[in-house]
Amino acid sequence: MKRKKQWLIQFAITLALLICIGIVINNLTVNLIRTDMWLSFNWLLRPAGFALGEHQLPYKPSDWYAWALFMGWLNSLKVIICGLVLATIIGVTAGACRSSSNSLLRAISSGYVALVRQIPLLIQLLFWYFVAFLSLNDTPLEPLGNLIKISNQGIEMMGLKLSVEFSALVVGLSIFTGASIAEVVRGGINSVPQGQWEAFRSLGLQEGKGLRLVVLPQALPAIIPGLTSQYLNLAKNSTLAIAVGYADLYAVSDTTITQTGRAIEGFLLLLISFLLLNLMITAAMEGVNRFVMQYQKST
Amino acid sequence: MNGRLIRSLIGLILLCSGCASVSTKSSTRLDLIKKRDQLHCGVSGKIPGFSFLASDGSYKGLDVDICKAMAAAFLGDESKVQYRALTAPERFTALKTGEIDLLSRNTTFNLSRDAAGGNGLSFSPVVFHDGQGLMVKRTSNINKIGDLDSANICVGSGTTTEQNLNDAFQERELSYTPIKYQDLNQVVAGYLQGRCVAMTSDRSQLAAARSAFPDSENHTIMDVVLSKEPLAPAAIGNDQRLSDAMRWVIYALIAAEEFNITQDNIESKRQEAIDNPQMSSLRRFLGIDGSLGEKLGLSDDFVVNIIRATGNYGEIYNRHLGSNSSVPIPRGPNHSYLKGGVMISPPFN
Repeated sequence: MKRKKQWLIQFAITLALLICIGIVINNLTVNLIRTDMWLSFNWLLRPAGFALGEHQLPYKPSDWYAWALFMGWLNSLKVIICGLVLATIIGVTAGACRSSSNSLLRAISSGYVALVRQIPLLIQLLFWYFVAFLSLNDTPLEPLGNLIKISNQGIEMMGLKLSVEFSALVVGLSIFTGASIAEVVRGGINSVPQGQWEAFRSLGLQEGKGLRLVVLPQALPAIIPGLTSQYLNLAKNSTLAIAVGYADLYAVSDTTITQTGRAIEGFLLLLISFLLLNLMITAAMEGVNRFVMQYQKST
Repeated sequence: MNGRLIRSLIGLILLCSGCASVSTKSSTRLDLIKKRDQLHCGVSGKIPGFSFLASDGSYKGLDVDICKAMAAAFLGDESKVQYRALTAPERFTALKTGEIDLLSRNTTFNLSRDAAGGNGLSFSPVVFHDGQGLMVKRTSNINKIGDLDSANICVGSGTTTEQNLNDAFQERELSYTPIKYQDLNQVVAGYLQGRCVAMTSDRSQLAAARSAFPDSENHTIMDVVLSKEPLAPAAIGNDQRLSDAMRWVIYALIAAEEFNITQDNIESKRQEAIDNPQMSSLRRFLGIDGSLGEKLGLSDDFVVNIIRATGNYGEIYNRHLGSNSSVPIPRGPNHSYLKGGVMISPPFN
């Protein structure tokens, strides 16, 4: 009897949900037809007619809109991948420092987290771009001799040239996300019982080595879910690129939408592209999670 | 517990079906504006001289005065306007979905925006003839467009500006790197910080931006004009009565300048027309004879209401863009045809 009732409730909820979705789709369709804005994607194969500041594959303005959008997607991907790597390095370092026994390191890293988390990301990006990078001189700074050159035209690393827009965006996103990752890492480290610290210390291991070999591996299961959500945040926040003049997917869509007047289609494509990107990140992180779990079981 | 669940589900369904009711299509937006007793006007809000927030919190500028003239003609009161600040990518969707009644926002009149197969708008007559230009620093020694080969150029996204820039450079077989920002303020910041050698926008906007530079005398707007940018108000395409009314409001502003009717002399001109039955064209224009207003769905004295509210086109121009304003732009082609410009009104017959 009880089971039947539960089944009925589930059925009712599913039905209600389907009805709601149906109504929304019907509403959209009816209104799109009424306002003469019914979806059409023919424009994707027309020449774009605008240039892009940077592109990963050959691109010229006479190429299709679809190709221009794909270039934007690749630019987004580039920022996201570089941002993920840099944010992880910054975040893990800062998170580990917060659990350190050295009080200076603790103070610096908690100061960093506190400062960065209080300021909106858009303002930080504008700061990195307009204040930090563009205020540099034309004569490049060379902090590591000839290895890295930083100027208001971008960063040059051993022949690899990064535009100033890209550099500012990656630095801004990584520092912002790094602060959140630091908190996730700290939480993970705190979840490891104190006894484990005492254990490796009593074995005579150094702090850093013990953290790396004993504590962090045990903290990983607690860190990875939080890390995944920070990675997804970074990917989504990368759409702020347009504020600092970087030609990411959103910036390219923006131009496409005004030139073609196809706002709804443009935003649908944007939604799908970001969904794809984030599903990729989620899938990859799930793989990592499974690996960590298996590794833990086997040891 | 279950009761609550079911009740909230019912609520959710009701909410969704409420959204789904298709609003009934009114025959003309003009009736809706009159019924609402308020005009929803889409502006930019960020361009000095055209639409900009003044220190008292109200919008000021040429585009704003066009909204006021429309409200004066439709509703008899220029203050019955609600302004909506819109970005370039938002503006057409706002118009199509009915969030705004009309757009008065530095919008370039071109074929694909006007045609039913394109954006499907209906443009009013041009209120400002502009052209896209390039601004460079005086010290850069750049005098012609050829000097800009392979330069970085700061440009705003979401406008026809990008396409014109591309066309102009492609035509001359020059290359360039666009540094694209979302709005004009960022374009200006990028240019002033030295990211680009030149910035491009409509010449009126370049002049407006330059007026705010601390060292405005060090920047020069190059002579080359990359495109025609006739800026015009627009309404949705399938509403002839509204676009007719809008068209003749603009023509009334232009014709008033031809008749030499100003905000100051409108009452005496009207009296003069009433007293002199032989001045038939003026009497028709001011709605004393004939019923021109009625044909548009407006009151017969709509022209009088407009001129009382904003003055004629020349007065609007001088107020916001004249030599004594904060954004002086030489009037050039925007003069009346009587003074060698291209502003001309068809007859009010």
